[in-house]
Amino acid sequence: MAYDKFEILKSTAVPLPIENVDTDQIIPARFLKATERVGFGDNLFRDWRYNTDGSPKADFVLNNPTYKGKILLGGKNFGSGSSREHAAWAIYDYGFRAVVSSFFADIFRGNCLNIGVLPVQISPAFLENIFTEVHKNPETEIEINLSAQTITLLSTGEKESFDISSYKKDNMMNGFDDIDYLQNIKSEIQEFAAQLPL
Amino acid sequence: MSKTLFDKVWDGHVVRKIEGGPDVLFIDRHLIHEVTSPVAFLGLKSRGIKVLYPERTFATADHNTPTMNQHLPVEDQLSANQLKALESNSNEYGISHWGLGHQKNGIVHVVGPEYGITQPGATIVCGDSHTSTHGAFGAIAFGIGTSEVEMVLATQCIMQPKPQKMRINITGSLGYGVTPKDVALFIISQLTTSGATGYFVEYAGKVFEEMTMEGRMTVCNLSIEMGARGGMIAPDETTINYVKGREFSPKGEAWDKALSYYKTLKTDDDAVFDKEYTFDGSLIEPMITYGTNPGMGIGISKDIPDAGSVEGGVSTYEKSLNYMGFNQGDQMIGKPVDYVFIGSCTNGRIEDFRAFASIVKGRKKADNVTAWLVPGSHIVEAAIKEEGLLDIFTEAGFVLRQPGCSACLAMNDDKIPAGKYAVSTSNRNFEGRQGPGSRTLLASPLVAAAAAVTGKVTDPRELMMVEA
Repeated sequence: MAYDKFEILKSTAVPLPIENVDTDQIIPARFLKATERVGFGDNLFRDWRYNTDGSPKADFVLNNPTYKGKILLGGKNFGSGSSREHAAWAIYDYGFRAVVSSFFADIFRGNCLNIGVLPVQISPAFLENIFTEVHKNPETEIEINLSAQTITLLSTGEKESFDISSYKKDNMMNGFDDIDYLQNIKSEIQEFAAQLPL
Repeated sequence: MSKTLFDKVWDGHVVRKIEGGPDVLFIDRHLIHEVTSPVAFLGLKSRGIKVLYPERTFATADHNTPTMNQHLPVEDQLSANQLKALESNSNEYGISHWGLGHQKNGIVHVVGPEYGITQPGATIVCGDSHTSTHGAFGAIAFGIGTSEVEMVLATQCIMQPKPQKMRINITGSLGYGVTPKDVALFIISQLTTSGATGYFVEYAGKVFEEMTMEGRMTVCNLSIEMGARGGMIAPDETTINYVKGREFSPKGEAWDKALSYYKTLKTDDDAVFDKEYTFDGSLIEPMITYGTNPGMGIGISKDIPDAGSVEGGVSTYEKSLNYMGFNQGDQMIGKPVDYVFIGSCTNGRIEDFRAFASIVKGRKKADNVTAWLVPGSHIVEAAIKEEGLLDIFTEAGFVLRQPGCSACLAMNDDKIPAGKYAVSTSNRNFEGRQGPGSRTLLASPLVAAAAAVTGKVTDPRELMMVEA
């Protein structure tokens, strides 16, 4: 599915300083019943965000109008557990374009890259500083430059670079996906398949 | 150059390496289910492309199916729509479809091996993180997202960087009442829930060599719970004996060819791993979890650790215990239990039900416990009946349900109510995993059985000794 190209993202951020946020929290299983990719943002962090009667939980960060922006800040080991791509869809659909953490679970990271959400892995110390600055001043802006592979905390000027493969970077900057690539090497794939033992 | 088992299978499936990017990896077998496939098929339709190798994909409905009265129409309209979508998409693209009511229907990671779709040295993917189960056969098997499901349907390939390699050796022999589930929960408790992220694991050592295929499946199934993409065990006689003659296993000349491939599937003596751990199997006891991720597990006789003694932040740890209604230093033995769930792709096979039966036999279900017994497939269900286990269950006050994922992820009606405690043989104790507000204690079928008949967390060895 096509997504918006990613170049430079300058935005305030929403802080969620919890470790091991699993994809069941990002979107609980009972909201995976759709047969189309629509409306998942409404149920992002559903059980942390809403009471059982549907009223918002005042102490959850998405319900706090002080914090907004296109960057989600998460604690270590963000996105663990279920492979549900719906978690990445919910994050994108809600309006986030990047998730910043000190560590990501594998499948979640891959899913994000495939749908146009940029996972930005930074050092634990830098993440801590960003959390502190954003909590101190929610208007604090962060700049993520995909081409330069840098993330800058604009209030202090602190900056780190982050890893992404050049292939995935090109995809995100151009809004391409892997199927575009694979479709072009189909005959190579078919030749390969013909000589396999299974 | 020396290679690991993982290297041999991975490298043998790389169609093309991309400079500064991932490998293009060919996928031998693709399993799909109703929840993570509909959007992938929509993608195919919008691009106007066909399924390249429909004979390499198999569809079964499991995540979202009822476990009672499967002969009746599915009441939940959204669930019914997903089941219908799986059927119509499978039919449209020529994919084998084992829907609700079909003889071969069941949990995807239970039926795959049962019918011989799972083979040693194969690459196997599914839009489900517990696809790691199939690594028990020496396959590279892992969960993928829906975008990748679409890729596999369209091109039979995915694009991923090659993970690093880890070996986990368990030496010695397991003690009385210690099962493969305990081995897995023990490893995860040692490595934490992210300790193997970025790695593909090979399990080695005497404990795994002596394990049955079903036990190996339980261990590999839980690889994802320590962050590993997957886990695998080198195929041996036990593996070959299991796969030979199954419906989709190679036959005749194809079998001979496959067998000579299977015999190459082991790590070379001098191959090097990026990381290696060794544990003494005789030190593992029956395990139970006390928190909200599978790494928060302890030996059943132990107390809940203090925040200071575990890896990670104090506030996250306290949030977790607060959710569970537990305190640091609490003893797990004797904690009250409201629900018991035996089933799932982790522990929903016949050996699991035999273990459960070995403890409930001649006893009665505790009055305060609601128990859900859910077989992983119709083959498991039939074996429970044929072996007389159903009589034991009925006598003890238990009811057998029909195959499906059920309360493991509570997408269907099998939801643990808010605030209630469930001892579950499944794979995840995340907040709300088994129903909003539910509190899960992960454990083996033996620990689940002990809880079911005593109504509280109980060391199964006590009940086993009484019988001996």
